[in-house]
Amino acid sequence: MSENLVEIRNLDVRFTGARTVHAINDLTLTLKQNETLALLGESGSGKSVTLKTLLRLLPPKRSRIDGAIEVNGVDVLTLSGKTLQAYRGEEVSMVFQEPGLALDPVYTVGDQIAEAVMRHKKVRREEALSTALDMLRRVRIPSPERRLRNYPHELSGGMLQRVMIALALACRPRLLLADEPTTALDATVQIQILLLLRDLQREFGMGVIFVTHDIGVAVEVSERIAVMYAGQIVEEGTTSEIIKDPRHPYTRGLLAANLHDVARGARLNAIPGAPPPLDTRPDSCSFAPRCPLAEAACRAALPPVHVPNDRRRVACIHANAPVPAE
Amino acid sequence: MTAVDVTVLDAPATVSGQGYWSGVGARLLRDPLTLICLGVILLLILSAAFAPWLGLADPYKGSMIARLKPIGTPGHILGTDEQGRDMFARLIYGGRLTLFIGLTPVVLAFFIGGTLGIVAGYAGGWINTGIMRTVDVFFAFPSVLLAIAISGALGAGIVNSLVSLTIVFIPPITRVSEAVTSGVRALDYIDAARASGANALTVIRVHVIGNVLSPIFVYATSLTSVCMILAAGLSFLGIGVRPPEPEWGLMLNTLRSAIYVNPWLSALPGLMIFVTSLCLNLLSDGVRSAMNVRD
Amino acid sequence: MSVTETLPDTAPDKGGPAQPLLIVRDLQKYFPVRGGILGGRKAVVQAVDGVSFEVKKGETLGIVGESGCGKSTTARLLIGLIDKDRGEIIYDGQDLGGTLSLRDLRRGVQMVFQDSYASLNPRLTIEESIAFGARIQGLPDPVGRARRLMERVGLSPDRFAQRYPHEVSGGQRQRINIARALAMSPRLVVLDEAVSALDKSVEAQVLNLLADLRREFGLTYIFISHDLNVVRYISDRILVMYLGEVVEVAPVDQIWSRQAHPYTRSLFSAMPSMDPDNRTLEPPLSGDPPNPINPPSGCRFHTRCRLAESACKTRVPTLRPLSVGSEHLAACHLHDLGSGHSKAGKDVLA
Repeated sequence: MSENLVEIRNLDVRFTGARTVHAINDLTLTLKQNETLALLGESGSGKSVTLKTLLRLLPPKRSRIDGAIEVNGVDVLTLSGKTLQAYRGEEVSMVFQEPGLALDPVYTVGDQIAEAVMRHKKVRREEALSTALDMLRRVRIPSPERRLRNYPHELSGGMLQRVMIALALACRPRLLLADEPTTALDATVQIQILLLLRDLQREFGMGVIFVTHDIGVAVEVSERIAVMYAGQIVEEGTTSEIIKDPRHPYTRGLLAANLHDVARGARLNAIPGAPPPLDTRPDSCSFAPRCPLAEAACRAALPPVHVPNDRRRVACIHANAPVPAE
Repeated sequence: MTAVDVTVLDAPATVSGQGYWSGVGARLLRDPLTLICLGVILLLILSAAFAPWLGLADPYKGSMIARLKPIGTPGHILGTDEQGRDMFARLIYGGRLTLFIGLTPVVLAFFIGGTLGIVAGYAGGWINTGIMRTVDVFFAFPSVLLAIAISGALGAGIVNSLVSLTIVFIPPITRVSEAVTSGVRALDYIDAARASGANALTVIRVHVIGNVLSPIFVYATSLTSVCMILAAGLSFLGIGVRPPEPEWGLMLNTLRSAIYVNPWLSALPGLMIFVTSLCLNLLSDGVRSAMNVRD
Repeated sequence: MSVTETLPDTAPDKGGPAQPLLIVRDLQKYFPVRGGILGGRKAVVQAVDGVSFEVKKGETLGIVGESGCGKSTTARLLIGLIDKDRGEIIYDGQDLGGTLSLRDLRRGVQMVFQDSYASLNPRLTIEESIAFGARIQGLPDPVGRARRLMERVGLSPDRFAQRYPHEVSGGQRQRINIARALAMSPRLVVLDEAVSALDKSVEAQVLNLLADLRREFGLTYIFISHDLNVVRYISDRILVMYLGEVVEVAPVDQIWSRQAHPYTRSLFSAMPSMDPDNRTLEPPLSGDPPNPINPPSGCRFHTRCRLAESACKTRVPTLRPLSVGSEHLAACHLHDLGSGHSKAGKDVLA
């Protein structure tokens, strides 16, 4: 029995159909209880697919999953029927990017939270409703008694995301998956939700995997960051390590593209090109075609994974090279 | 310094520029059911069109002694009707009128309703309100009742059935056309075109019609089967085509009395209506999915 | 550095270099919210209310604000995609509706939209899309112009001209949209969240392209975005909007070092810190922006402002320079000694 809450080993996810897409390629990832990990990547990097695989949300007919996923010691890939239902909601739950689409418009928010509690905890309605009220309080919704009886369309975007979080946490899952939960929100609302998630993580003592494309958001919310590119993790480490000592050229490019400290009007050091199509399984470094440091070895084989310390890794030939002066 | 990074050229190239319609054609060719339906419809249309040259018996010439012969009678492969006329010839000839009355109103309604809907959807405001509320009045009546009422008021006859059926089909096509056009109207490329200084007619011609035509067309196709059934129904009720013209709906009516004597025979015109409308429906479904670009 | 030239067939300058390319005065747009069976007027969204600003020739004005602040409505008003209720739009000294026709305005002002897919007609090839506007405006050789512009934005015409929008990537589509806007040889390009939907690495490429094009063709930009980092990078001046009104305008360096309006201050504090050892501890504002249907009285920000006093609820602040002759303008009672605010004139925001 490992001490890890989540253990993903050598995960491969492939979508079959009119054209094959190798969405996740040999992904290995661990998450401890009480830890927040940000999965950072651009569109098509496989970050959302990783979350959906963890929740077993992929269409079984069109996807092939290989490898092993354990959450809290349970083999997720063999779950089915009742045990899968119990796993979703009680062990793991998810917060989506568009809370307006994830909530049912014809029920009040109180009913929706209570219904989830009744289904999983087998309690009576009154008890479930009081849990719902307690959850709305915990996500800092003002006048929760009144909000309990509101329908989703009566709430603003930030309020809806709070409700979504309350719903996700109502059954006290050990693991919360957050799929770009603040991307659709305004800046002043986004920071509120990020801080709320940070507080709730501590309060509930759960593990959180937070998917985002925004490196600034990742810094605010997570202790650890795993950078994804073309279905692989190219670099992983604590947030400080990733921000202050990025080793992979892609991570450095992403940091530069954030424009946080760029001189005004200076030419940007943009990563050229676009991510590769994933119709074949990568057999060399996927980033090599866009990489300023690429050499023959990068195009010949998969890059070696450097492990400078426990839980820090960089999949790049140049990981040990000194950072070039900008 | 004029360095725009041309590195974007290295980006993965997707399908090379192939035309929209060739893509639709390729997708249709991979769909056997749609192809079969298309074949059946074409066969019906061609045989109806070339009926006089197919060496069939005279569809009007009856015989008092050879009435209601069963299917498979020598000389009358599908038997004879209640006046002793050859069923096979009448069914083939019947396709001419039936298909004509079934398709013409839809074609007319497609042009009229399509135009009304595009105008309403693009213009918005009070023009939209005016057109759509008028259309809604017609929508309030069930289509069968409306067709019967208009036909009844105008009197029996082919032209009058065409007119009444066209009126029946203008509202639904206008509705669909308006909905699709308002959707397209809200897209940024329409704004971009307006911002380039193009007038409304040019924007509609270049940017709207191409993008709304196929959904309207597919919807209209799905109406042809309904129209055929309605037309047959009008004839059945005696307010459409008059005897002795061969027409499937009318034939169904006149053979009604023979249903106890020779049930299979009297079911034949109904079978033709059924097969044709089924094929038209499946065909329009197939065309709809083949026209879907993003799949 | 190339000599600054203009795009071929650009309309000649009329007002001289000192004349602002665009002056907007007291622009107003209210949208009725209709409801009921007869579509009667139920309420009014005050999308843009009394907005005034200038854009100098060759500068980039960044407009920031949250959803519902009216920045996109302003953009659409500027190129006449929606009709203004009130106010003046003066392009190069000529008044729209007076000496300037809508058609001429659209020669001079073009727009790039956020959604790169929705802003291209899926049925037209890339070449046709770019050439369309030039053809409408009667400019010579629209196709050749389209192909040259494709080359200029980094898309080889031989490979891309005959493709359809769904066959290229998001970054490439946004390059096409830029080329399409430039095909009319405009002098002012309104970029409405033009890079917001792109991945960060692609966004940087497009920002480089925009900077190059601006330098090369002497363009003037209005750059609308919710991303302060991007706006700071590309703009010369920044204009901040809140609920349909301008709350602050200033040159980038000045607003970056000192935000004069409490809302601007909050907006800047809401930016992620990018420092793992020094993360944000307290959200600068609570709740969502109010609905523009019934904006608060007085200063529209008073419902969320920590420094609000009774004067803020009743009196509407005007946009005024922080000191005489300053280019830094803010609409806040804190900077108006006669406003009745107890902290007026004191530096309480730092």
